Amino acid sequence: MAYVRLLFLVYLMLWPVWCQAEEDSYGYPIPGSYDATILGTPAKLIPELPKKIPIRQLVLDIIPDRQKPEIFFYDEGLRCTAAFQKQKAPLVFLIAGAGSSSAAPKLLTLLKSLYQAGYHVITLPSPSHPNFIISASQSCIPGDLNEDAADLYRAMEAAWNEIKPDIKVSDFYLGGYSLGGTQAAFVAKLDEGRKIFNFRKVLMINPSVNLYDSVMRIEELLKKIPGGPKKEGQFFNRMLARFSEFYRYGNFIAINDDFIYAVYKERLFSEEETGGLIGLTFRINLAGMIFTSDVLTNSGYVVPKNKVLENTDPVYDYFLVSTHLSFFDYFNEYFYPYFKKKRPGLSKQALIGSLDLKSIEDYLRSSTKFGVMTNRNDFILTKSDLDYLSELFRERFKLYPRGGHLGNLEYKENLAYMVDFFNGKEVPKDGRP
Amino acid sequence: MAGPNRIFLRALLALMLAGCTTSRPVLPPEEPPMHSVEEFRDQRFADIADPWEGFNRSMYKFNFYVDKYLFLPVVRGYEYVTPVFVQDRLSNFFGNIREVRNLTNSMFQLKGMESLTTLGRFVTNSTIGLGGLFDPATPLGLPQRVQDFGKTLGYWGVESGPYLVLPIFGPSSVRDAGGMAMDSGMRYGIYYGIDPFGNTDHEFEIASGITTLESIDLRHQENFRYFDSGYPFEYYMVRFFYHEKRDIESKGHPKE
Repeated sequence: MAYVRLLFLVYLMLWPVWCQAEEDSYGYPIPGSYDATILGTPAKLIPELPKKIPIRQLVLDIIPDRQKPEIFFYDEGLRCTAAFQKQKAPLVFLIAGAGSSSAAPKLLTLLKSLYQAGYHVITLPSPSHPNFIISASQSCIPGDLNEDAADLYRAMEAAWNEIKPDIKVSDFYLGGYSLGGTQAAFVAKLDEGRKIFNFRKVLMINPSVNLYDSVMRIEELLKKIPGGPKKEGQFFNRMLARFSEFYRYGNFIAINDDFIYAVYKERLFSEEETGGLIGLTFRINLAGMIFTSDVLTNSGYVVPKNKVLENTDPVYDYFLVSTHLSFFDYFNEYFYPYFKKKRPGLSKQALIGSLDLKSIEDYLRSSTKFGVMTNRNDFILTKSDLDYLSELFRERFKLYPRGGHLGNLEYKENLAYMVDFFNGKEVPKDGRP
Repeated sequence: MAGPNRIFLRALLALMLAGCTTSRPVLPPEEPPMHSVEEFRDQRFADIADPWEGFNRSMYKFNFYVDKYLFLPVVRGYEYVTPVFVQDRLSNFFGNIREVRNLTNSMFQLKGMESLTTLGRFVTNSTIGLGGLFDPATPLGLPQRVQDFGKTLGYWGVESGPYLVLPIFGPSSVRDAGGMAMDSGMRYGIYYGIDPFGNTDHEFEIASGITTLESIDLRHQENFRYFDSGYPFEYYMVRFFYHEKRDIESKGHPKE
């Protein structure tokens, strides 16, 4: 979702190295959790990846009889991204993080890295991405880990059927980051029964333990801005004004790496404001999910019921409304009522409890195919979440001292660890790959 | 070029008329949604003056089709047959020609140092860089400073005016569209003054071949794809980023 980054998150791909590493052997340089989340990995610390990769886009027709509203005329099917080896090789499926497409920059880095190591790779959009909701979700209401896993599994089967004649596959592997990491665990569980892929290894990168709790922690970030989330528009405009003022008074050539570096170094935004920007970016993403789902289900949540929208109709007001709704609103007013209707007697607590790795804990504990990579300062997890993951996955739990949420995903050591994990090399708990 | 132009016009007309002829199926009456814009007391954000939104959104859709059926297949063919090394040399070559535009406009903005930098770049890359095929100037400390007449107007205080999505060229504004026309005018003025292919028998063919190649190179370098994000509010995000980037980069230095 390239456009859903705020202005100053856009030019981060070629980041210069500027930070001093903390006093440990881990070389990822950015200490702050929010800073790392926004800035990602400096370009020099991303390993050299092959420039020319035969990347192929798969467009899958998974629900052939779905009537797509005209406003989504451009959506021709579920879009997955793939890179295939010429020879026989293992195939890795990767699931994107919340709101991301199959071609999200971070996901493409993972794809290239695994391709370089000799794997076939297919990436899938997150079930919360509009493309997935339109073209691959049975209910069109994303967020339930079991239903999303079933949708993902169906999508993987469709992708596999499509490419089966073209490639030779030895084994199947599975991975995902953020929400996609948590979903990977549920997809793997489903596979134990369906047995189409028999995933040999499953890697969860920066997953949440309880989806509801993690999202609430992101929502918390927006509560700290003046006036709270209901004044996010004011907050946005104030941050933007400061950003553009900073540019005008400095002697900058363009909005480029040097400028973004200066924004970071001069501490243009406080810790709380940086957190607020992460929360706002999340809301802008969530708005796309809510709106898309509402249009498809004709629920009358933000769009009038029975209204027919054309692609050329203005929809700015829906943008404004949807960005002002929290995940809490979505859960209580839209998501929970849907599941309550389906399963009478379902309590909110039970529904929240089902959005949790603990609901499949026995399975996760009994299997040795799982690995987890995460960071000590990932703000979607609490200390007790980290302890839980460590206890559950033991030597297959890899904890990095910093990196925020996904900030160090593209860092060379992290990518090397990921490849080693799929290669099946034993990795000592505190050692380095 | 007459053929493709006619196709554009036809597609354009078809798109603009399409809205009038669609008949909608009879549906039950609309009901107000649970949440509407009235309940929120907050500033609007990422909102840019866009009185011609209907037209702009039609153009946005039109450009999507032009890309899909014309530009992207051509660019894919180009990328398939041309080695990456050659692609990069061509990008550098056309980039070097555009230094003339950068130079004239930084002069229009009375930016002395910047003009000298750009001039130095142009001279270095045209000579040591073998007619612009290579870019030895950047490592020598002469970075590229992109300028155009839209930015010049912005520098002297002309507001961007309403947002405008141009056919083929994409996101723009009234000011920037005018600036683009001015830049092309100057470019062709210089071209006819120099008349580099005047002594050949195929002046028109050579000139249009070069123009076509430059368009292909520009689209090759541009990663943006219409509706590619899948985000239902993509139009507003593109509008916002375009406007802000232009606005921030074109404003004069307040101390100057």
